[in-house]
Amino acid sequence: MPTTSVPLSNAKSGTHIRLNRIEVQGVLRRRLLDLGFVPGNVVEVLQKSPLGDPIAFRVNNTTIALRKEESSLIFGDIIGGETS
Amino acid sequence: MAEPLATNASDPLDTLLSKARTLADGETVRDGIVSDIYRTTRDICAESVHYEDKKKLQSTYRLDKIVTSPIWGFPIMLAILGAVFWITIAGANVPSQMIFRFFAIVEGYITAGFQALHAPDWLHGVLVLGFFRGTSWVVSVMLPPMAIFFPVFALLENFGYLPRVAFNMDRLFKKSGGHGKQALTMSMGFGCNAAAILSTRIIESPRERMLAILTNNFVPCNGRWPTLILLSSLFMAAGVASGLQTLATASVVMGMVMIGIVVTLTVSWVLSKTALRGVPTHYTLELPPYRRPQIWKTILLSSKEKSLNVLMRAIIVAAPAGVITWILGNVFVGGDSILNHMAAFFDPFAHAIGLDGFIIMAFILGLPANEVVLPILLMGYMSSGAMVDADGLDNIKEIFLQHGWTWLTALNMMLFSLLHYPCGTTLYNIYKETKSTKWTILSAVIPLGIAIAVTFVTAQLVRAFGWV
Amino acid sequence: MSRYTVALAGNPNTGKSTLFNTLTGLRQHTGNWAGKTVMMAEGEFSYDKTTFRMIDLPGTYSLYSNSTDEEVARDYIIFEKPDVTIVVLDATSLERNLNLALQVLEMTNRAVVCINLIDEAKRLGVRIDLQKIEQRLGVPTVAISARNRIGIDKLLKQVKLVASGQINPHPIHIQYSDEIERKLAELEPSIRENLGSQYPTRWIALRLLDGDESLLSSLKKRMNEVTPDSVREVASYGRTACH
Repeated sequence: MPTTSVPLSNAKSGTHIRLNRIEVQGVLRRRLLDLGFVPGNVVEVLQKSPLGDPIAFRVNNTTIALRKEESSLIFGDIIGGETS
Repeated sequence: MAEPLATNASDPLDTLLSKARTLADGETVRDGIVSDIYRTTRDICAESVHYEDKKKLQSTYRLDKIVTSPIWGFPIMLAILGAVFWITIAGANVPSQMIFRFFAIVEGYITAGFQALHAPDWLHGVLVLGFFRGTSWVVSVMLPPMAIFFPVFALLENFGYLPRVAFNMDRLFKKSGGHGKQALTMSMGFGCNAAAILSTRIIESPRERMLAILTNNFVPCNGRWPTLILLSSLFMAAGVASGLQTLATASVVMGMVMIGIVVTLTVSWVLSKTALRGVPTHYTLELPPYRRPQIWKTILLSSKEKSLNVLMRAIIVAAPAGVITWILGNVFVGGDSILNHMAAFFDPFAHAIGLDGFIIMAFILGLPANEVVLPILLMGYMSSGAMVDADGLDNIKEIFLQHGWTWLTALNMMLFSLLHYPCGTTLYNIYKETKSTKWTILSAVIPLGIAIAVTFVTAQLVRAFGWV
Repeated sequence: MSRYTVALAGNPNTGKSTLFNTLTGLRQHTGNWAGKTVMMAEGEFSYDKTTFRMIDLPGTYSLYSNSTDEEVARDYIIFEKPDVTIVVLDATSLERNLNLALQVLEMTNRAVVCINLIDEAKRLGVRIDLQKIEQRLGVPTVAISARNRIGIDKLLKQVKLVASGQINPHPIHIQYSDEIERKLAELEPSIRENLGSQYPTRWIALRLLDGDESLLSSLKKRMNEVTPDSVREVASYGRTACH
């Protein structure tokens, strides 16, 4: 089934996303994996900073903020909106 | 000397690594390891952790919706900052006066003792008017605000608010080429720049760390709070109705902090376009759940770790500075004291930037620690003839006015204090951390240049418009 | 009276420092470590007629040398070989926190897992089956609340048991994919041959496969230093004895 993979940076607040691809490389990739940005994991988009960037995400019951430079390289499928 | 040993010992390691390299093929192994560990943790959690209600779990983050909201995020930040200043200023005023008076009484007894023993005047001068007075002024001006500011700030920190500040401000720092964590090292600077220089270690990239180091000075540290607070309450808030004076003082101090932040961002931006060119590195910022801080433990620990340390340092510096100032003010060459000669030397330049020679002298002698700038200035003024017994903070204003101060002098001294070079300890730490004479010198010269430029422009503008 | 060294590892914001403060009170100081630019607090506490020296390692998300903090924490556990490493976990986000625990357990079996903020978790409706976790991890696992001093005694009891060797835990063995396991099996014998058994072989193999250069340079430095250093130390002891 063709999926509509979106970068985390484009998802609206409140959406839940199942990650499928992380195109960040190097040390930051390791850091993201450590934090739970692992393919297969579900991430919730929380809120944007008052100035629009970074965006806070909920992953593994913790809140992690990422700048657009990074969150635009993490992709996943939207699996639900505000409820779930 | 261990050469043969070294090669013998590392050879097998290199062989091992090359063997491992041929086995591994890049990122796939890395990802494999991490995701296998994650699979295991998910397994364990699936069978042993049960969430009754995920919503409840997220309630710890409810505050974030407001604290980082587009509308309320920044106003709340300013309000909290203002509240911290207000609490510090309002709470420190009375104890400061009390300590001040207490030391004045003690000084009276010591002086009586010296007279009873027929001690020579110079000894009394050096020990009592120099050493004792200098030290006791530093203690009475610094101890109360510090005893309030550090614990209040530590409570805020333990509550988990600081990462939110970093989250809110991140974009500004990114735009200016700095690291997001620069907001955190800046907050540390409110306490003590020297300590904040050490805290820049949390920034891994050398370029961004250097930016954080070079600009940390623009956050007023504890040694400069008393100067800012005292001057703004004496000169800026003087015209305001008495009930609102603390509020006015806090607003002026906050205005100074805002100026400091603007300068920080501007300098970061200019540097990252010139000497420290580069793009901001990636970073991740965790927003931990808010937690009720352990109030007493936090207060005790921050008092022990910070307040006491900073105070001790100030006293160690203040004592000799007091002695030197007294000597300079009381050794006469050609009919005038050395201090007056030096002040006269700086006067023309000082006048151009809205200050006077004594203020410049105080900043120079105060290089070891900003805390002593104000006491040195007062001692300088008092040794120069106009003997007013400063037995209260109100009399301090008298001393200033007698030396021709206007609100412009106060404003420019505040600006100069905010912007000028970091204290000796901070410079020493910068040298230790950067291992570079060039950057250490720059970290003093850049702020000094900005301080002179800003005060010069202010002075000329104010005078041109005939406001003073 | 015996004396043991305890290292505190854990993610940032797990209340690691709170536990450190609870245990050591004001008997602590911060210092620089081994030329690294990382500060670690060190303190002391006594329990059951035993003195424990406690080192608060930098809070990290992992020990895979993504940052200086992680290298320092890793080097301490591997090279300084503390008698016990307490891994502090946040009960409200165990998924991520266990990640670090598993990494530590690959490095040492002398560990106690300490699930902190248990009261907070209870309040938020997180139910944790402690026995099951302990059984899976294979090391003593204790639930505590450092700030409210809940479970501290239980924790210290386990710490002492592990430190004194009365308990010799057999931690979980993470099963990697067949491919990785095959490569590990190929590497392990030559590691054992070259390094002996002073370091956890499987873990070293994993790190090498991962291309962890920083660990390698730490290892090299250690191996170069150890011999001349110990010689020098003996010499200076001799001198002192002469006086």
